[in-house]
Amino acid sequence: MMNIMVMSLNKKLAILSDAARYDASCASSGTARRDSRDGKGLGSTEGSGICHAYAPDGRCISLLKILMTNFCIYDCAYCVNRVSSNTPRARFSVEEVVHLTTEFYRRNYIEGLFLSSGIIRSPDKTMEDMVQIARTLRERENFRGYIHLKTIPDAAPDLIEQAGLFADRLSINVELPTDAAVQAYAPEKNPGTIRAAMGDVKARRVASKERSHTGKRPPKFAPAGQSTQMIVGADGSNDATILGQATRLYGDFGLKRVYYSAFSPIPDASRKLPLIKPPLAREHRLYQADWLLRFYGFDVDEITGVAPGGNLDLDLDPKLAWALAHRALFPVDVQRADREMLLRVPGFGTRTVGRILTTRRHRTLRYEDLQRMGAALKKARPFITVRGWTPGALTDSADLRARFAPPPEQLQLI
Amino acid sequence: METIHLPRIGTAQAWRDAARGLMLREVPPEDALWRFADESQTDLFACPVRAANRAAPARAPAGRTPPSVPKGFLDLANTVVWHADPERFARLYDFLCRLQDNPRLISDRGDADLARLRTMEKNVRRCAHKMKAFVRFRDVGDAAGRRRFAAWFEPTHHTVEPTAPFFTRRFGDMDWIIATPDVTARFEDGRLTLEDGQPKPDLPEDGAEELWGTYFRNIFNPARLKVQAMCSEMPRKYWKNMPEARHIPDLIAHAGERALEMQLAAPTLPPQRAEKILKQARMPQGCTMPQTQSGLTRELRGCARCPLHRDATQAVPGEGPADARLMIVGEQPGDHEDLAGRPFVGPAGQLFDRVAGEAGLDRQAVYVTNAVKHFKFRRQGKRRLHQPPNRTEIEHCKWWLEAEIALVKPKLILSMGATALQSLTGRREGLLKRRGRVEDTRHGRVFVTVHPSYLLRLPTAALREAETVKFRDDLAQVTEMIAA
Repeated sequence: MMNIMVMSLNKKLAILSDAARYDASCASSGTARRDSRDGKGLGSTEGSGICHAYAPDGRCISLLKILMTNFCIYDCAYCVNRVSSNTPRARFSVEEVVHLTTEFYRRNYIEGLFLSSGIIRSPDKTMEDMVQIARTLRERENFRGYIHLKTIPDAAPDLIEQAGLFADRLSINVELPTDAAVQAYAPEKNPGTIRAAMGDVKARRVASKERSHTGKRPPKFAPAGQSTQMIVGADGSNDATILGQATRLYGDFGLKRVYYSAFSPIPDASRKLPLIKPPLAREHRLYQADWLLRFYGFDVDEITGVAPGGNLDLDLDPKLAWALAHRALFPVDVQRADREMLLRVPGFGTRTVGRILTTRRHRTLRYEDLQRMGAALKKARPFITVRGWTPGALTDSADLRARFAPPPEQLQLI
Repeated sequence: METIHLPRIGTAQAWRDAARGLMLREVPPEDALWRFADESQTDLFACPVRAANRAAPARAPAGRTPPSVPKGFLDLANTVVWHADPERFARLYDFLCRLQDNPRLISDRGDADLARLRTMEKNVRRCAHKMKAFVRFRDVGDAAGRRRFAAWFEPTHHTVEPTAPFFTRRFGDMDWIIATPDVTARFEDGRLTLEDGQPKPDLPEDGAEELWGTYFRNIFNPARLKVQAMCSEMPRKYWKNMPEARHIPDLIAHAGERALEMQLAAPTLPPQRAEKILKQARMPQGCTMPQTQSGLTRELRGCARCPLHRDATQAVPGEGPADARLMIVGEQPGDHEDLAGRPFVGPAGQLFDRVAGEAGLDRQAVYVTNAVKHFKFRRQGKRRLHQPPNRTEIEHCKWWLEAEIALVKPKLILSMGATALQSLTGRREGLLKRRGRVEDTRHGRVFVTVHPSYLLRLPTAALREAETVKFRDDLAQVTEMIAA
């Protein structure tokens, strides 16, 4: 009897984790601090998240990432779970998800649960079941680990409200970079509704931070914020469009993260979207550009301005590409340049810049110091002057790009 | 030459006490010989062992001030002592002595000694982090109502002691043991104890490991194989104690063919139920004048008549009873309204609510809406600055306003601000001259007044006060008109 139950749960888990693997998000960081020192509950969250394992695709496994069900009434061309696909279907019960989450958590396999779902019957019904799972974990099991719920855009406001009270993070995927692409490939989804739902979550988060006139704090609403995901390479959008859309999302809805997911082959693909090799290099460059936007003071136009045809250079990281196109600003004197300029030197990260700023207050920096401070000097060398190093004509040399780009490859003749 | 013995458990405190004692006695770094637990002696010329004063930590002899250290050094030392390098204690003490002459050294990231210590600190932090991540518990039954789990782990550095509190915070409601060759941590009934290490215990395989393996195999996407990325974050040395790692070779070996298979597979025909479900799910399309308020809202959400829909979050429909006697028309949704999807909830809306309350106007009985339904703005950094809609945008959106008027059939329309005025009367000029009057239009009677955001923008409090009184009078007049 026991064995049969395990078998079927095993089968379901196989189907429903297989269906969830195309969601890139895995973060379990930045939420409110909780612990179970009182001995009455299970789990803790403390600022930074933990990646408990890594799969051979290089992605971390931090949360138990599963679908509640992969039955779906929508027909999104890029999705393995679309209604017109012949993929095997399954559905977890509330108890099964709760059981898997707590048992995996007790063995230190995961940081928590990332629950997503196909749309069954109606958006409200689906969201209600997901909220029920989160509620059971929090209230009956006293689970204090991380919960990330994928929100269904059309669900009723009070369900979103409850989801935000139980979950650490809420997310809604914008799926594709332009409204036209969403309409073409996900005809049942409405980009306006998706934006409205993100706006709603933002407004609730803002409201949950305001104390009432008595000074009482309202309950926390999705303390780890909201995130979203865009599929890269399924439609014809260029990187400028994608990054422009990302900037909008960060600005309008205060998103914590925008994930870029290279469109990757799915079993039983749709006729509408031919399968390609996933554009992993492009995905990587987009993440680098995203970081420049958020932490390095770059403007989206600056990054895409140096990208021919609006697409980032796949051979060079976007900061290096920008520096090569703006050599008039270099070399930078490390001892005297301001923070903003130091952040624009290729090979200098935010931490290196922080260390340079604290140390140069007391003494003059030397070339060897930079090495110890964690700078990638091979990249930085042509763009800086510091005691013990001057690039001379290197900064303006014609073959500077060739020094960084991978060597040209002989094309296949046949 | 002085030899200091440091214990395996409680090393950090012992090092700190010993270092303080040595400093008070002004022992130079080259005369201190540090020995950890039962490690073999490294200094060939060491003197016979003299036990460090462990039971009673060295106290400052009279007349001497205890050494002071800059902020940050204690954190550094408390981490570095757990490193596996036998030189760690000597390096720390050496750096501590250098700090006495030059406390600023602690923030000099170019200093070679500090750089070395920081690297060691980073190694220990990483090792502790990996321990938090890769310890795998196995169920070993219940005892006295608490579930019991045990794990075997082989850390690179001496990280059990500094990391054990993390596990107590996380697994407070169960008993657990983390056994390692170095130190074993035991948590029973809410109490943590540390004891010496032990050989690998024989732990029975856990039923959950099969499920976990299933999950691990299926969350892997064979189309994006990045073995190096995996190995740099999850080094092979940890694999032997992780139940999921046994699946890795197989996953790597078959990834290529699985990905190819997916690409070569011909598209299949959709299952029969698909057509039926889709027919039900797809929303009815149409472009005729909506007959109900909810129908109007639904159609408005899909509006793409002008370019404003591209940047705005959502179209904001009007709100209020469908048989309201008064309809209030404002300009356009602002930042708050755009996010909330409801009209008049931002600062201007709140001001309006307040003044309307004073004028005796019941907002609940009124239909409020805007002349333009999408938020128009200019982005500056993370802020969205309001921009007035232009003639074309107002013209495009008029269709929706007319649809609302046709639905509600109000007795009177209150037009607030120039945009509403233009939409309703076709002319925006002379707003301040026309305010307070009723104009007859093809939409019915329109009462003209200013927009509440005009009050918010006035430069002085006195002006604001005077204008608010006027605005309140306008609203009071409107209240009277609809009551009559």
